Amino acid sequence: MKHGFRPDVVGSEGWFYSEKVKDHFFNPRNIFKNKAEAKKYKADGVGQVGSPACGDIMRIWIKVDKKTDRIKECKFQTFGCASAIASTSMLTVMVTEKKGMKLENALKLAPKDIMNRLGGLPERKVHCSVLGDKALREAINDYFRKTKQFDRITEKETKIIDKALKITNKDIEEAVLEGAKTFEDIQKRTKIGISDKNCIPEAKKLIKYYKEKHFGKN
Amino acid sequence: MKKIYLDHAATTYVRPEVKKAILPFFDKNFGNPGSFHSIGLEARKALDSAREKTAKVLNCLPEEIVFTGSGTESCNLALKGIAFALEKKGRHIITQKTEHHAVLRPCEWLEKQGFEITYLGVDKFGIVDLKQLENSIRKDTILISIMYANNEIGTIQPIKEIAEIAKKHNVLFHTDACQAAGLEKIDVQKLGVDLMTINGSKIYALKGTGLLFVKKGTPLEPLIHGGSQEFGLRAGTENVAGIVGLATALELAQKERKKESARLVKLRDYLIKSLMKKIPKSVLLGHPQKRLPNNASIAFLNVEGEAILLHLDREGIFASTGSACTSHSLEPSHVVLGIGMPYEVAHGSIRFSLGKKTTKKDIDAVIKKLPKIIEKLRKLSPVELSKKEIGL
Repeated sequence: MKHGFRPDVVGSEGWFYSEKVKDHFFNPRNIFKNKAEAKKYKADGVGQVGSPACGDIMRIWIKVDKKTDRIKECKFQTFGCASAIASTSMLTVMVTEKKGMKLENALKLAPKDIMNRLGGLPERKVHCSVLGDKALREAINDYFRKTKQFDRITEKETKIIDKALKITNKDIEEAVLEGAKTFEDIQKRTKIGISDKNCIPEAKKLIKYYKEKHFGKN
Repeated sequence: MKKIYLDHAATTYVRPEVKKAILPFFDKNFGNPGSFHSIGLEARKALDSAREKTAKVLNCLPEEIVFTGSGTESCNLALKGIAFALEKKGRHIITQKTEHHAVLRPCEWLEKQGFEITYLGVDKFGIVDLKQLENSIRKDTILISIMYANNEIGTIQPIKEIAEIAKKHNVLFHTDACQAAGLEKIDVQKLGVDLMTINGSKIYALKGTGLLFVKKGTPLEPLIHGGSQEFGLRAGTENVAGIVGLATALELAQKERKKESARLVKLRDYLIKSLMKKIPKSVLLGHPQKRLPNNASIAFLNVEGEAILLHLDREGIFASTGSACTSHSLEPSHVVLGIGMPYEVAHGSIRFSLGKKTTKKDIDAVIKKLPKIIEKLRKLSPVELSKKEIGL
């Protein structure tokens, strides 16, 4: 039984967004003029996350300054709700501002960094719409692969569990640390297993593992 | 900028006739219909007259009407009330997958109490299969609950035929008529229903008002216990103003029904045809003809519903979506999925629901603005699915 205050449902702003989110939604930065331009674009790395079935897809293109190891251009396309579009737009701004972000820092970019810059998002939007960081990591790894910097590819340490959404074991660990207790809790946050149903048994095992790792057996 | 409200299936404004009718009951005629004095008697008279008025519209007896606090409450009363009253006779209920949550959630709750529910599927238009319905009836079936018209895609169900099947097998039949009451026939004798839910906030009356028609002799256990109001079926001092408003609105809606429905059908079809023509990769949801006169539900591939909604909002156009992102769940509309549409379609569906003040000019504004919005969002979208690729 659920009782009392449910911040996920009755959040102070409801589903309404901050001015900054609206600005990035209505005027997304770093987009292509049209699809032809996107096709012609010569990126150093491309990454994509999500599936149309789950309602969000982000694709990110990067150009990297090989000398400084900084991102000098970042373009995006997003299929998704307003916060999905706005958060990817904001991400492209963050990685290209101030001469561009170093790749090592870009790899560490987390959903909460993007959210903070957007002035917050309704709680239930966070885990489903801020997927851009994962697409960015894919784009960077793609760049590493293309430039044969195999030792720098990061995906080895994290394992992708949900293949459609590229949800990793780390994402599950993070959700457990934030208080998720059951598979349903984690699905509510991340949409895990909605599109890629095959991952559910493994995800459940991991939840148990991380719960025991961080909170002990009980 | 003119505000173009096309979300009448969510709720309507209170029409002036209703507003005028209810005002005296806030101060002048404020009594409790249960009080034994002249002031109470005045309120009692108003309540009785509202009930008689409503009974006339529904073609039933005044004592067959139970006023409630919402459509949801009426559905709960019908489902749980019948379930508890007849649990000794049987514990099986039949409904369909595309019902409103006001029916589905009570059904799920009843399952936890040991009842068995059959959730029938629907065809690609959202219409229930009558043969399948009849075949699902068992010895222990006590109730069938099928909505009159769907709130998302507007599909109208063959209520009379369902009622006949129910009667033939001696099973009670409830219909949720919240969306239909303003624009469809609601003569309960002709429809043949045993219970029918109506909601005030969809027919230009107040929010927080509703009613349940309960055919005489139908066993029903109350959910709210207390005083003997509403024939002991719904305790609590009556919302006299709300009830007077509901009766007034219902009477007016049925009086204007033919003319207003015809007017809306024209506007609706004009909107649907124009959008489908102007916007490639669009899919009409629901039945082309057997649909509510005021409902136009269309899905636009490769864009997400909430994003469309926000752009429309900025243009002064207010519509709705069944997409996951605006509701509190993560799953997209169970109705759009229920008619066999893939997730890709469910995520991009928009519902326009027209109302009394909707003009051709309003519709023209949508036809002018929406294609540009879809184009803009599609340019931004990495998805380029065709109808064929998703099996349409």
